[in-house]
Amino acid sequence: MMNTTPRLPFLQPLLSLSLLIIIWQVLASTLNTVVLPSPLLVLDALIAALSSGELQHHLGITLYRLAISFFIAMLLGTAIGVALGRHQKTNAFFDSWLVILLNIPALVTIILCYIWFGLIETAAIFAVVVNKLPNVIVTIREGARNLDEELLEMAEAYQFGPLKTLSQVILPQLYPYIMASARTGLALIWKIVLVVELLGRSDGMGYQIHLFFQLFDITSIMAYTVSFIIIIQLIEMMVLQPLDKKSQRWK
Amino acid sequence: MNTLNIDIKNKAFTTADKHSVTVIEDLQFKLSNNEFVCIIGPSGCGKTSLLNIIAGLDKNFSGSVSLSEAGVQFKTSYIFQNPRLLPWRTVLENIQLASNEPANNDTKIIQLLQRLGLEDSLNSYPHHLSLGMQRRVALARGFYRESDILLMDEPLVSLDPPTARKARTLLIELWQQQARNVLFVTHDLDEAIELADRLIFISSSPSHVLADIKVDIARSERSAKNIEQFKRQLSSQRADIAHLI
Repeated sequence: MMNTTPRLPFLQPLLSLSLLIIIWQVLASTLNTVVLPSPLLVLDALIAALSSGELQHHLGITLYRLAISFFIAMLLGTAIGVALGRHQKTNAFFDSWLVILLNIPALVTIILCYIWFGLIETAAIFAVVVNKLPNVIVTIREGARNLDEELLEMAEAYQFGPLKTLSQVILPQLYPYIMASARTGLALIWKIVLVVELLGRSDGMGYQIHLFFQLFDITSIMAYTVSFIIIIQLIEMMVLQPLDKKSQRWK
Repeated sequence: MNTLNIDIKNKAFTTADKHSVTVIEDLQFKLSNNEFVCIIGPSGCGKTSLLNIIAGLDKNFSGSVSLSEAGVQFKTSYIFQNPRLLPWRTVLENIQLASNEPANNDTKIIQLLQRLGLEDSLNSYPHHLSLGMQRRVALARGFYRESDILLMDEPLVSLDPPTARKARTLLIELWQQQARNVLFVTHDLDEAIELADRLIFISSSPSHVLADIKVDIARSERSAKNIEQFKRQLSSQRADIAHLI
């Protein structure tokens, strides 16, 4: 790999973010309106929400929903994706289902789930999973189609058995596809979780934002959003990137 | 000592335009007593198909491949034309994974790798090795695994002559140490005579056995001159396989 990493890797994003905050500040003070609070006001609201413990409570619940639906969608999606990628006939049969699932608006699945299952936690999680699942399937299916046949033959000739073949031959090759769908998945799922909470739960970030909308509390909406973006970025940096690096060791 | 009976009645392919092409028809031979057997035949005669059938990769044929002792599942090792190592596993791990024993014998692996001049690459990833080195790792993997038969599909093809010569010597050394039945596919008769106890000539497809010939030259006397003489003798005695010599 080319060594293009600068000596201070954090410097560039830091500068770029500072510029964004400066533009925000300038806009807020020139416009001087309630609908665009300044960064400092948002920071105040953030600290207040943190000290009351409210932010942690709702953030925790949202992250919990995010984690559960993320893992279910990834697990199911990988299994179905491999099945469709390896069996042409199965794929030909179910391909149209996938197209339908991919094209149903998130809002429709959410509302249908609430109507069919009631305003319960399971319906919320199910709605998120159904929204994410087709994307995972499509990505993993692509990976499963590109599996190295020669290595699979080797595994068969050396009688690896199904478990060893999966863990030593198939999953390492699917890893880049799993990581790609995990990344896009995380970004997609948290947005859907918020809508699900807004429509049918009485806690979580989505519910809170809906509440602030009714109270016209824009500062709090922005404070919650900022905190959420920070958390998602932390997950990306502390979990996904190290995982990616570890898996690329052999290259 | 168990005998491996190979009896393939028919192996056919269906081409893209739905034609059925028979590649193997009534091909029979036996392997036993830890023999080194070379299969020689024109290209496209189904040599790789034969190995894939014996290795269990291809089950779509009529006939059987079995041990003389009924009900015993035989184990194969397969050294392919290209190394086929797992790129995300080190040399040591690649060899360990090929074993069918519950516990690995790392001392044995290290000894094997030492013989092959790879003791310094134990923890390297295949990506960091030259193709020649990767092939030697594949050789070590094939020999490390306990098997009833070791299949080799032209594993020395496209090596330059001095490297190939060294690899042949090494191969025979390994085989003499870790005795087992070997089925070695090649289209190079000189190579085959240098390596084999027995030569099996097969016809162009649909292929069957044309001749099954013992190489009666002591291993220590397989010089280029003697190999040449053996070939001359063979072509004068066996007009039916002269086109392959």
